[in-house]
Amino acid sequence: MNTSALLMMIVALVIVWGGLVVAILALRARPERDDYPAGGEDDHREDTEILRHDT
Amino acid sequence: MIEGEQFDRRRRSTKGVCPVSAEHKAAPREQFTGQVGFILSAIGSAVGLGNIWRFPGVAYENGGGAFMVPYLVALLTAGIPILFLDYALGHRFRGGAPQAFRRVKGWLESLGWFQVMICILIAVYYAVVVAWAGSFFVYSFGLDWGDDAASFFVGEHLQLADVGGADPWFTFDFVAAVLIPLVIVWVAVIAVLAAGVVKGVERANVVFIPLLVVAFGILVVRSLFLEGAVDGLNVLFTPDWSRLGDASVWIAAYGQIFFSLSVAFGIMITYSSYRARKANMTSPGLVVAFSNSGFELFAGLGVFSALGFLAAQEGVTVADLNFQGVLLAFVTFPTIVSQMPAGAFFGALFFGSLVMAGFTSLVSILQVVSAALQEKFALSRRAATLGMGITLGVVSVLGFSTTTGLILLDTVDAFVNNLGIVGSAVFMCVFVVWVYRKAPELRYHLNAVSTTQVGRWWYVCVGVIVPVMLVIMLVQYVIERIDKPYGDYDTTYLLITGWGSVLLLFVGAILFTLPRWRGREAFTVWPAYPPQDPAVMKEASR
Repeated sequence: MNTSALLMMIVALVIVWGGLVVAILALRARPERDDYPAGGEDDHREDTEILRHDT
Repeated sequence: MIEGEQFDRRRRSTKGVCPVSAEHKAAPREQFTGQVGFILSAIGSAVGLGNIWRFPGVAYENGGGAFMVPYLVALLTAGIPILFLDYALGHRFRGGAPQAFRRVKGWLESLGWFQVMICILIAVYYAVVVAWAGSFFVYSFGLDWGDDAASFFVGEHLQLADVGGADPWFTFDFVAAVLIPLVIVWVAVIAVLAAGVVKGVERANVVFIPLLVVAFGILVVRSLFLEGAVDGLNVLFTPDWSRLGDASVWIAAYGQIFFSLSVAFGIMITYSSYRARKANMTSPGLVVAFSNSGFELFAGLGVFSALGFLAAQEGVTVADLNFQGVLLAFVTFPTIVSQMPAGAFFGALFFGSLVMAGFTSLVSILQVVSAALQEKFALSRRAATLGMGITLGVVSVLGFSTTTGLILLDTVDAFVNNLGIVGSAVFMCVFVVWVYRKAPELRYHLNAVSTTQVGRWWYVCVGVIVPVMLVIMLVQYVIERIDKPYGDYDTTYLLITGWGSVLLLFVGAILFTLPRWRGREAFTVWPAYPPQDPAVMKEASR
């Protein structure tokens, strides 16, 4: 490969795949928030229960 | 796990205490089981046929290595921001596209249906391409296309009509080799959707996406070591810096990112609505966006290495070969595998990868339609899936498994993508960001549930950069289409099928909006906005 093409290929791969690795590591390090605003019950009203709050 | 236990206790505690009448019963909103299932499903949706056959050609035509600069700028300033906008809408308003937009502002439901209509039109032809790939997967084992892959594809496989010559522009002459795999694709996709978000969509993606990466990975690595591969990579990556001053290169980059991420036609809204309320949104979003581009680049390496090999074998230059779209996949690639050692194996890997990439995207496209029908008409998942699947399957077979299927597919695809999806994104930015001023609320929502915080730059991206770039693309495309008939097809035919498809998007959006909403009405948005605690507001709005 010529030098400029090789260089561009490496730069592109480092940025895109590097971005992916950083994104995965960041998610692994902090998968969820430690604190959430009050409320936010999930939708588990579920098959057998009456409708409590429609979300 | 804890959540599940609490849920079970709650369920037990109410059992036998509160009589449950049928009308009060509400099916639960389905949920992805967690981060990985959601991420793989979103990647399955984003990584589709376009990643494999569109990116390499677009990159080559727009400056090779230099294209990476506008491409990365577009990813950061348009792709990721608009992906976050979709996520925020779906996650905050907990519904498919019509439901989510309706909760932003009543009449905006029609914008949701416009996106559903886009999915309907795309699904009916996208399924056919998956079916072709399935047929070619089978053909690979015997390298059935022989020495002339072009004639095999349009002649023996598609039996393409001589439109504009001896044959009419539209026929009902069915081609068994297309019809049978097409029916199989529809049955398979209906089965996945009927099984539900967790047991169907998520499970399919958890299996297919790793398999796709492995299969395509083997193919790419093999391609890199073929004779002439280096020449192909030189062609793809040698930068032509002078092209960076050309506005059309930047527009192409924004177009590529936009089309490849599966944004602005309801998919990401629908998928994010199936996440738990307290679920991280932006960090998985970054993983999805970079995975999509990472796969795209990976496909570029494989495709151009293989093209370099073919050029060397045939004594031509890479530029003389077809490297974009249907012809790359079904003519150029079969020619390549015929000439490479163990071609049958690599052919099967390539077409198997196309089937998996296409199938997971098709699942996501149809989930948008299914979710919208379930929510508006209070249908069960099974009823919605079967009704939708059978109707669209029949339309798909009638329109696209005939000798004129390829022409119709080509036309509808060009108009729906370039006018429908781009238009939908522009409407979304204009109404959500500018007219109803929801951007601060959506950013607050993302920041309240996510670990990666979204800064104020996001307003500029979704309010200015994205709509401006897309309006330019839209205007340019309309002018181009008025100046020159698409593909030099018959103008009456284009009026009916091309512009007609666009009209159908609007008509369908209105017709679906008109009936009374039968699904559940009451909805409590969480977290409340603006938050009562000023400190919370300050923290989330940094």
